[in-house]
Amino acid sequence: MNSTLTALAIIFTQLSLVAFGGGNTILPEMHRQVTDVHRWLTDADFAALFALAQAAPGPNMMVVPLIGWHVAGLSGMLVSTVAIFGPSSILTAFALRLWRRFKGNPWRQAVQAGLVPVSVGLVAASAVLIVQAADHTWVLVAISAAVALVATRTRMHPLWLLAAGAAIGWSGFGQ
Amino acid sequence: MALRDGERAGMEFPPATAAAPTVGELFRGFLLLGLTGFGGVLPLARDMLVERRRWLSGSEFTELLGLCQFLPGGNIINVATAVGMNFRGVPGAFAALIGLIAAPTVIVIALGAIYARFQSDPHVVHMFGGLAAAAAGLLVSLAIKIALPLRRRPIAIGIAVICLIAIAFLQWPLVPIMLVLAPISIVLTKRMGA
Repeated sequence: MNSTLTALAIIFTQLSLVAFGGGNTILPEMHRQVTDVHRWLTDADFAALFALAQAAPGPNMMVVPLIGWHVAGLSGMLVSTVAIFGPSSILTAFALRLWRRFKGNPWRQAVQAGLVPVSVGLVAASAVLIVQAADHTWVLVAISAAVALVATRTRMHPLWLLAAGAAIGWSGFGQ
Repeated sequence: MALRDGERAGMEFPPATAAAPTVGELFRGFLLLGLTGFGGVLPLARDMLVERRRWLSGSEFTELLGLCQFLPGGNIINVATAVGMNFRGVPGAFAALIGLIAAPTVIVIALGAIYARFQSDPHVVHMFGGLAAAAAGLLVSLAIKIALPLRRRPIAIGIAVICLIAIAFLQWPLVPIMLVLAPISIVLTKRMGA
């Protein structure tokens, strides 16, 4: 139990500090750690927890407290939450004080611009991994494709798309 | 609070139109944000901070967001920390951060409990399967949206594709990839002048 909590703390502290470009960029590493390295969750579990976190309101990193809870109950949830939100927040608090000093520096712009392609690649990788984990039948592939298309082309609220996916799933159509 | 005034002066932000929020107001503001932010909190955050409560001007918000995107961590998480810190120091940062994640944590755990409890019911399994597929579709859409601005920049596309292949298909660990690709990307982006 204690070694599990320690492992959760280490994994999510590391992820907190490398989450450049936001929560979605660390999904692949999170997935690798909890399904391959530690085998706490199956692929399908991970996809389901990710979906639950997407269906809930709030920041897109809410999958982390959920994984902590799933792996080690309340203490797992608390440890994971502090580990994922604490380090990056402390860094932000310090960086806020240095912000003005960086502001006129052309390297700040260069760093910011240079990180964009990496962020895009990381989010795309997250999408590929989550699609692989989630879509086992042609109906599920069709749901993902339709949602991706509608969410990209229209301003429909994401909650409607999630509800539609859940409803088609509930019906058992094609499964 | 002298600290707050000093920090605001030190930041040289143009004054926002509303009075600086208290620790309690920070907590309540971000609590509401966490509760209502389905499918992305950031657009709602601007609405609350700039247009509704007027804690920040539009340019203050953009400047703060720029800093928060540059740093690791969830963008909105960092925005909450920075806004709280800016107005009320460390207590303000705690109030904003805890306010933001409190309600979503309770909701997500409740959903997780429902999932764990009814895991063996085929309807529920299929429902969560459909939900997971839809959530995956939303992530694909996000990837498309953030990739589109790169479409006329072959070098940026190349870096993004290398990153995608290394992570998704070769399944290499994230940290070494970041340590190699980020400096290369920064240098190339600077050389190519965009």
